[in-house]
Amino acid sequence: MSPRKIVLRFGPEISDKPIIYRLVKDYDLVMNILKANVNPQKEGIMVLELSGDNYEQGLNYLREQGVTVQALTHEVVRNEQRCTMCGACTAICPTGALHLRRPEMEVVFDGDSCVVCQLCVKACPVRAMEVKL
Amino acid sequence: MSEKTYQEINARIKSGKAVVVTAEEFIDIVREKGLTRASQEVDVVTTGTFAPMCSSGAFLNFGHPAPRIKMYRVWLNNVPAYTGIAAVDAYIGATELPEDDPLNSNHPGEFRYGGGHVIEDLVAGRPVRLKAIGYGTDCYPRREIETTITIHDINEAILFNPRNAYQNYNCAVNLSNRTIYTYMGILKPNLGNAHYSTSGQLSPLLKDPHFKTIGIGTRIFLGGGIGYVAWHGTQHFPAIQTDPDSGRELGPAGGTLAVIGDLKQMSPRWLMGTSYLGYGATLSVGIGVPIPILNEEIARYAAASDAELYAPIVDYGEAYPNRKPGNLGYVSYAQLKSGKIVVQGKEVPTAPLSSYPRAREIAGILKKWIQNGEFYLAEPVQLLPSPADGLTGKVLKG
Repeated sequence: MSPRKIVLRFGPEISDKPIIYRLVKDYDLVMNILKANVNPQKEGIMVLELSGDNYEQGLNYLREQGVTVQALTHEVVRNEQRCTMCGACTAICPTGALHLRRPEMEVVFDGDSCVVCQLCVKACPVRAMEVKL
Repeated sequence: MSEKTYQEINARIKSGKAVVVTAEEFIDIVREKGLTRASQEVDVVTTGTFAPMCSSGAFLNFGHPAPRIKMYRVWLNNVPAYTGIAAVDAYIGATELPEDDPLNSNHPGEFRYGGGHVIEDLVAGRPVRLKAIGYGTDCYPRREIETTITIHDINEAILFNPRNAYQNYNCAVNLSNRTIYTYMGILKPNLGNAHYSTSGQLSPLLKDPHFKTIGIGTRIFLGGGIGYVAWHGTQHFPAIQTDPDSGRELGPAGGTLAVIGDLKQMSPRWLMGTSYLGYGATLSVGIGVPIPILNEEIARYAAASDAELYAPIVDYGEAYPNRKPGNLGYVSYAQLKSGKIVVQGKEVPTAPLSSYPRAREIAGILKKWIQNGEFYLAEPVQLLPSPADGLTGKVLKG
């Protein structure tokens, strides 16, 4: 199966546990962590691509541990008519999904690397980045 | 040294024989053929820039309704316009905001719609809601009007931007430990990123540092149509930057243009309403200036490449807002365009706010206009003040 992007939310009581380790060790899942953050309240959020034969079992394990699992259903799209290729988003985008192609200095948007953090939506001076459900 | 005149170049444009190249192309031609041959062979070098330019706006004359009104307050799509001039004249400024805008009360404010967006809507031919009130006079009795206009319905729409096309600009960084929201974009704490905002080797005023060709009456590409240099821009303080240690010249900075043109022949592709998170609304403006290669000296300046043009690095966390002099050093546009620079020993990712692809497109359009004989060079009535005039900025006391 092809990897799926999911969002995991960890409550403060479990954010210090080695849950991801067990996902690899016990369920043999292949993962690519796109974004991970623990806030001052010790709540964790992680966006990752996940695949493997034991995918569903792995998700069940996460839920048993109290992790909220959601598919990454929002999508950021670029309004090509509106984008002026200025580049103001490129140092803001945390994953490099928005980056400059050199030497042309054209802004490239690689949707596969986007973790829908939506920073670009507000950073874009001409509001060319939009969230789609 | 051989010299050309405006008349000779225009005659060559008329006969379809003028050699017109973009500033990017000219850099390569000079490298290949040398300065002397390049300056003899090339007639015009075209430049371009497309970036937010806050000191922009448009004079509008709405025409008189029946009965007549002396407009005392005017709103366009809820954005106030200045009407302290004749009865149905108004000036809509690019950074004006609706009176009910939450501004920065929930910081950082979004500033989704302002005067720049009104100008974009007008130039796109979209309907715009006009509301005006008057206080009633014997000659202008009406006290209120609410109607919908388009740019085609009104008498005049004249773009007049008192300060555009900044010759050079700061490379903005943030030394503080919090994210800041500026007119140079979102600047992450502790040197998280560096933003710059000129088109470097394509930028009009970087290619004529001593104002040998640009002056009052210079015909230009403005907002997708034809415009003119009206005057030097406000805060026009042209200078040549030098390295404080070696004294080496680091290219020009400080010049600006005031520009004017008929908004009705411009295009929303080149005048776009723009919003800076936590800062405000503005207008992105496309400008292209043709540089006549009258002699070798002008050619030498027009051939300056990104490696020879520098921007000062300025801290917007503390130094800039408090008007503390000095900077964190200079960095070339070649370095800025590479994607990273080093500031205080730290590698910092860079990003532009000025669209280089759009700048290139403008230089290309202007080149085509001239090649097609649709655009002739205008000899300035008077050149703009140059670095030799020594203009400097004043500090407002208070």
